[in-house]
Amino acid sequence: MQLFPCPFCGPRDETEFHYGGDAGNARPDGVDVPVGRWADYLYLRTNPKGTAREIWVHMNCGEFFVMERDTVTHTVLSSTALGGENAA
Amino acid sequence: MTASRLATGGSAIDRSRPIRFSFDGATVHGFAGDTIASALLAGDVAVVGRSFKYHRPRGIWGAGVEEPNALVDIGGSVPATPNTRATTEAARDGLVAKSVNATPTALADRNAFRDRFSRFIPAAFYYKTFMWPDWHMFEPRIRAMAGLGKVDTDWTSQGTADQINHHCDVLVVGAGPAGLAAARLASGAGLSVTLVDDQQRPGGSLGHRAGEIDGKPVADWIEETVAELAAAGHLVLSSTTAFGIYDHNLVGLNQRHRDGRPDTLWRVRPRQIVLATGAIERPLPFANNDLPGIMSADAALAYLRRHAVLVGRRIVIATNNDSAYEVAEALATAGAEVTLVDLRRDDTPAGPANVRLIAGRSLAAAQGRLRVQAVTLDDGTRLDADCVLVSGGWSPTIHLFGQARGKLAWSEARAAFLPGDPVDGIAVAGAAAGAVTLSEVFAGAGKAVASRGQTTTAVPRSTGPEATGGILAAWPMPGSRGRVWIDYQNDVTVKDVELAARENFVSVEHLKRYTTLGMATDQGKTSNLPGLALMAGITGRPVPEVGTTTYRPPFTPVPLESFAGARAGELMAPVRRLPLESVHRASGAVFQEYGGWLRPAHYGGNADAQRSIADEARRARRSVALFDGSTLGKIEVIGPKAAEFVDFIYYNTMSTLKPGRCRYGFMLSENGVVFDDGVLVRLDEHRFVVSCSSSHVAAVHARLEEWRQDRFGRGAVYIHNATAEMATLTVSGPNARKLLETLDLGLSLDDADLPHMAVSHGSHAGDEVRIARVSFTGDRSYEISIRADRAEPLWARLRHAGQAFDAVVIGLEALMILRAEKGFIVIGKDTDGTTLPQDLGVEGPRAKRQGEFVGRRSLFTEEASRGDRMQLVGLTVPQGEAPLPTGAHGVRRSDGRLRSQGFVTSSYQSPALGRPVALGLIERGAARHGETIDIQHLGKVSKATIAAPCAFDPAGNRLHA
Ligand SMILES: [Zn+2]
Repeated sequence: MQLFPCPFCGPRDETEFHYGGDAGNARPDGVDVPVGRWADYLYLRTNPKGTAREIWVHMNCGEFFVMERDTVTHTVLSSTALGGENAA
Repeated sequence: MTASRLATGGSAIDRSRPIRFSFDGATVHGFAGDTIASALLAGDVAVVGRSFKYHRPRGIWGAGVEEPNALVDIGGSVPATPNTRATTEAARDGLVAKSVNATPTALADRNAFRDRFSRFIPAAFYYKTFMWPDWHMFEPRIRAMAGLGKVDTDWTSQGTADQINHHCDVLVVGAGPAGLAAARLASGAGLSVTLVDDQQRPGGSLGHRAGEIDGKPVADWIEETVAELAAAGHLVLSSTTAFGIYDHNLVGLNQRHRDGRPDTLWRVRPRQIVLATGAIERPLPFANNDLPGIMSADAALAYLRRHAVLVGRRIVIATNNDSAYEVAEALATAGAEVTLVDLRRDDTPAGPANVRLIAGRSLAAAQGRLRVQAVTLDDGTRLDADCVLVSGGWSPTIHLFGQARGKLAWSEARAAFLPGDPVDGIAVAGAAAGAVTLSEVFAGAGKAVASRGQTTTAVPRSTGPEATGGILAAWPMPGSRGRVWIDYQNDVTVKDVELAARENFVSVEHLKRYTTLGMATDQGKTSNLPGLALMAGITGRPVPEVGTTTYRPPFTPVPLESFAGARAGELMAPVRRLPLESVHRASGAVFQEYGGWLRPAHYGGNADAQRSIADEARRARRSVALFDGSTLGKIEVIGPKAAEFVDFIYYNTMSTLKPGRCRYGFMLSENGVVFDDGVLVRLDEHRFVVSCSSSHVAAVHARLEEWRQDRFGRGAVYIHNATAEMATLTVSGPNARKLLETLDLGLSLDDADLPHMAVSHGSHAGDEVRIARVSFTGDRSYEISIRADRAEPLWARLRHAGQAFDAVVIGLEALMILRAEKGFIVIGKDTDGTTLPQDLGVEGPRAKRQGEFVGRRSLFTEEASRGDRMQLVGLTVPQGEAPLPTGAHGVRRSDGRLRSQGFVTSSYQSPALGRPVALGLIERGAARHGETIDIQHLGKVSKATIAAPCAFDPAGNRLHA
C-alpha cells in the first residue's frame, strides 16, 4: 500500500486516490484540431519507466493534483495542487 | 516405540494439563504447550502426510514455519482450516486433524501406487501430455488426485475478522535474541516499539539452543526482557506472523488467536523495521532423503528441549556444518545412541564424548519403506537408524527483505544469500543477517536501531559458550544416483531440475514454473537455495549468477476472511439509502438496488409483483402519482464563471437559460459518447443545479471537479454536491396541480408563473422548498425538493392530500414503464459505450454550436459520421404478441450469414396503451421508421416494426393538461 501525499490532507493510503491521467496532456480546443492530434490527446499515453508526472485525485477531499513519482521504485517525488493553471 | 516422550523436562509443555485430539481418526495424547507435530512425535506417528504428486509417505521435517510436509486440515473444536502446519498449530483438546492428500489416512493412502509410476510423471508432465484434444477433459481427474488440503464447504465465519491499523517508531519482526535485544535497545532510546513473533512464546532459537546472557540463563533473560517491554507500554504480539512488506514499508501481520476468533489482520506503518527473522535449516541431498523419520537436526533439538520428545533411539546425524554438534551431544545425553556423520574431513569441531563421529563421509542413500531404517554412506558403510537428522546449513530468512526489494549478497563463507545493500527504513539483524555468535547477534541488533536515536540501555553481553559457524557447502549434484528430493512439498527431485535444464528452462523463474520448485504453501523455505545451487552446478555458473526467484507475500498463508474483514455481505458494497426508507417500508415497498441506491421497486409486497407494477403505472396515468425521486443528482455549480462552465460541460448551450428555468441536456465524454443526461436548473445568474442520473452522481461530480480545477480555476467556479442533503418528492399526473393546490406551499402554481421547465420556491412548515416542473413521465409533474431531514411530514401531507384524488405511490419499476412509453432514455441502458448524441436524434448543438464543449471534436470524426450508426428507435410488435425480450438482437441475412443490426434496450407491457412498448438501438434506425425487421432471441425469431421512440402522447399535450 503506497502512501500518497495529498497537497491538502497530507499522506494517505493509495486506496483513497484515483488516477486521472498523464499530467501535461493539454487539451487541444476546436473542431479544426487534426484528427491525429485529437486521437493522441484521447488515447496516446507515455507509460514511462522511471519518473512520471501524473494527475491524481484524492477522493476524500475531491482535489486533483499533479504527482511526480517513480514508476519503478514507487518513490513519490512531489505533489502539487492544480491552480487552474490551464485556465484561459 | 522409537520416538518417545521423556519423563521430565520440556520448557514449553505443562504436564498438569493433558489434552487429547485426533489425527486421521486415531486418538493422540499430549500436553498443553504441545504443537500437533510434537504430540504426534511423542506418540511415534511417523507418517503424517502424502506428497503432492507421487503420494510418497512423508513425516515431520521441521519445528516451525519451514515445515514442508506435515500439513493438516484441522477442525473439531477449532475453526475449520485447511493446510495448517502441524509444527506451528497448537495441539488443543477436541481438535480433529486430517492429513492432506491422503485417502483414507496418511499411513494407508490408496494412491500410494502412483509413486511406482513416478518415472512416467516427470516435471511438466501435465504441460506436455494433456494438450490434446482439450486440457479440460483431464482436469477433474488430475485435480482429484493431486493437491493438498480440502476446503470445508460447510465452513461459516465465527465472526468478523478484526483489522487493525497500527503506527509505531520501530517494528521488530522476530523475538529471538536479535529481536529482543533490538526491541530493548529501541525502548531505551525512547521509541515506541512493536515486537511480533510467530511462535507461541518469545525466545526464538534461545528456546532450545544453549547460551548465557548478561550472566543469566537465557530463559531468565527472555522473561526479563519481555516484562521490561510490557512495563514500558510496548506492544508484544505472539503467534503473529509478519507475512508481507508492501509499498512504502507497510507491514502486514497475521495474528492467530486460541479462542476460536478469526485471525486478526494488522496493517503496521513503522518508521523503522528491524527484521530479526532468524534462519532456516536446509536438508542434505541423498537418495530417498524424503523418508519419514528424516528430520532437520535443529528441529530435533527443539522437540527435545521444548517438548521433551526424543525423536529416536538410534540416531544418525548428517551434517556439513558446526551447528549439528550441539544437537548430537544433547540427544546422546538424553539417552539416544548417536552417530554424527560430518562430510568435512578437516576443521571440524571436537566430537562430543558420548557421540560416535565419522568425519569426511556423507550420506549416499536412506533405506526404509514407511519410515527410515538405515542409511548408506558414500563409502558403502551401512548404519541402522530409526531416525536420521540432517543439517545442510542455514538459509537466512530474508523473505521480507526481498519483498521490500532488498538486493541479496552471496556469502561463500556462510554458503547462503545474506541481505545486501540496505533498504530505506529496514534493518536486518541476527541470524537473518548471517550472524552466528550471540555477540555478533547483539552487535547487529544495536546497529539496527542506532540510526533512530541514542539508547540508554546497554547492549546485552553473551557470557556463555559461543556457537561457531563452520560450514562446507553440500549442494545437490547433477547425475546423483537414486531419487534425491529437493522440494518435499512439491515433489521436485534432482532429476526434475536436470530435465528443466535440458529443456532450457534455466532461468530460476522458468525453473520454478516448469518444475513447481518453491511453490504452494511452502514457497521453497527449505528448497529454494538447494534447487538453484543445483541449477548453478548443471549450467556451470556461480550460485549468485543464477539468482533467486522474486519474493512475494505472504510468507505464510493468511485466511481470506482476514483480508475481507468487515467487507462481507451487505458491507461488501454498501448501498446508499433514502431518507424515507422506513416510511416506504411501512407502506409495503419492495426494495431493490439500482445503481448503488436501495429504492422501492414497487409497493404492495412481494406477492404478484408484476400486477402491482402494472397497476401503479396504469393509475399514474389516470389521476396522480407520488414518487420518491430523492436519488436524483443535485450538484450545484456556483460562481462568476458558472455559465461559461456549464456551457463547456454540456453538449447543449446552457448559458442562454434564463434564471428560474430548466433545460434538458447531455453531458459527453471527451470521446463524444453520451455520458449522462438530465435537467440543468438555473437558480440565478451565477448558480446552477445539475440534476444528473441517480447512479452517476459521484462520477459526474468528479468530472465537474476535474474540469473546474484543471480548466477554470478554484476562484471562478465552486461545485457543491447537495444530493444527500435534499429529498425530492415528485407529484406527477393529470391531477398533480390540483393535489398541490390543496397544500399551501406559499407559491403560485399558475402555469403563467410556473410553466413546464421552470423552477420556483415556496415553503413547507418553515423550510424552503424548491419546485421544478420537469417530467420523466410525460405527464404534468412537480419535483419538490426539501431538506432531507424534514421530508417525512411533507410526504405524509402529500399522501393524505392524495386520497381525495385516488393518488398512487409508485416505485421505480412503474416509472420505468412510464418513461419508456414516452421514449425517454436511461443512459447506459438505452445507450452504450458508442452512442453519440446524434444517434439519439439530438443533432442541433453539433451542427450549430460555436463554442468549445467536452467531446466536441469527437463528433466530427469519420467514425461519428458513418451512415450505418445505431440509432435510437421505438419498436412495436404485431397485435397480441408479448413484449420483446430486452437484449434481443435485430437480425438480417447478409451473404448467407445472420448478422446483428442492433438490439432491444428497453421493453415493457404498457398498461396505458394496452400493448408492448420497446426502445432499441438499430442501424440507420432513424430513417427506417415503418420497416419490419426480424428480432432474434435464444434462437427464436419474431417480428418488430421500427417506429419513433415516443409511443404515448407524441404531441406532449399531457405536460400541460
Ligand atoms: Zn485530500
